[in-house]
Amino acid sequence: MLAGSNLERLLESGQFVVTAELGPPKGTNQKVVARKAEQLRSCCDAVNVTDNQTAIVRMSSLSVCILLKQIGLEPVMQITCRDRNRLAIQADVLGAVGFGIHNFLCLSGDHQKFGNHPTAKNVFDLDSIQLVQTLVGMRDKKKFASGDDFNGEAPVYVGAAANPFADPFEFRVIRLSKKVKAGASFIQTQPVFDVERFARWMEMVRQRGLDQQTHILAGITPIKSAGMARYMRDNVAGVGIPDSVVARIEQAADVKEEGVKIALEAIEEVRKMPGVHGIHIMAVGWEDIVPVIVEKAGLMPRPAVSAKQ
Amino acid sequence: MLSERDGAEMIVAEQKPLEEIRKLIAPYDRVLLLGCGTCVTVCFAGGEKEVGVLAAALRMAERIDGRDVMVSELTIHRQCEPEFVGEVRDKLGDAQAVLSLGCGVGVQAVAAALPGVRVLPGLNTKFMGETVEPGFWREACLGCGNCVLDLTGGICPIARCSKSLLNGPCGGSEGGRCEISKDVECAWQLIYDRLSQLGRLDLMEEIIPLKDWSTAHAGGPRKIVRPDLAKLT
Repeated sequence: MLAGSNLERLLESGQFVVTAELGPPKGTNQKVVARKAEQLRSCCDAVNVTDNQTAIVRMSSLSVCILLKQIGLEPVMQITCRDRNRLAIQADVLGAVGFGIHNFLCLSGDHQKFGNHPTAKNVFDLDSIQLVQTLVGMRDKKKFASGDDFNGEAPVYVGAAANPFADPFEFRVIRLSKKVKAGASFIQTQPVFDVERFARWMEMVRQRGLDQQTHILAGITPIKSAGMARYMRDNVAGVGIPDSVVARIEQAADVKEEGVKIALEAIEEVRKMPGVHGIHIMAVGWEDIVPVIVEKAGLMPRPAVSAKQ
Repeated sequence: MLSERDGAEMIVAEQKPLEEIRKLIAPYDRVLLLGCGTCVTVCFAGGEKEVGVLAAALRMAERIDGRDVMVSELTIHRQCEPEFVGEVRDKLGDAQAVLSLGCGVGVQAVAAALPGVRVLPGLNTKFMGETVEPGFWREACLGCGNCVLDLTGGICPIARCSKSLLNGPCGGSEGGRCEISKDVECAWQLIYDRLSQLGRLDLMEEIIPLKDWSTAHAGGPRKIVRPDLAKLT
């Protein structure tokens, strides 16, 4: 075991894993976190905490992860390269490990232009691949990025993201291989709306044998409204939501029900694909739908969490 | 045949709005507009012609407002070299302030040469860039002090990727465009296309390690000292 987290144990034991995203509140109220956490507690194996998602300032990823840990959930701490340099990131990782947080997801981060501080200066001291390298180096060499030593161990389980729906398509698997080479043990993809494109990408992943070297979790996002579907199609780069999916949502008598149905179909399809070792549900702002989706997908109950950490 | 505007400029700037410039010079009755004959001439921001146009606009605007302001004009070859700046001192006359239409480097060099004279910036210095076509300049270099263009097919990801990623493209690249705007090219798509054309996509398989930013501005204000050249003068 690299880090001994529940997520690592489940993935290494070959179980089909379910993780879900929790967006921290834009405010100071911890009760909001606790309420969302309770909705996710029994239906997923680990909870991903976003890091100033879409460049909007929120309660920090680290503090929400600590909170989840304290109430008995397994967090995955997201870290973006946008807001912090290598000093700040490594400091947060030391602190997180000290609090028993062992799963980390390394991301570039959305550009601040989209957020609530568009006039800010971004950091990008590291990119997401270098961030994976840095965390893996802290774990395996017990050294900071600079080569300097620190006291204690950093048993971290390091993941990264992949977007099979961005361009250039042929490069997407090369980028994944770089993340794997850097030491990413698990990969979360952007939400799968275009199942056919995802299948082609998975085929390329298998051709390179990457499915044998990392655990791929397919991203799932239930669409809540026709407006959301259109917005993602027209305004968010790299989402790849096909017109046919938007049309289904637009024509549905019950939009939310259709959104769940599309998500369930995607889950069914990705589960059949060799090399997909789990799903990652991103229902930010609609956390209460996650248990419904996991239940309907036939993925309940989740395996019991081992008390050993 | 080369016209005075031809040639590859380095520093690209644009003029501040007239109203902002008027506020800058408001405390003064006698102002020298100082143009620069190099980069900002080539990008049509602060050459002799722009000095003339701005001077006329200022004279007219101040006159309409009933202010009697003497605006004189001078354009020197390069504001960033002491050798040429000396001319300003000789021709300053009784001007109380200099409005420099040089880049930020020029403004500072002129200020250093004119102790006791207010030197004001008339331009916003934008970037080191190239002329893509007439009237279109694009940022191309951030001066990071450790060039990686050999690894990226001659296209700089530090200057041209919105996130300065060294192992891009990120997940926001779509149809060759950057996630921040459909008007911005994805530098890593360009790099991919170029390396693909050169048969060197293998370069994109390699992880470019953490960058040493100490050679960039992160390491503090930079200077180059060449004793071999100093001896010659």
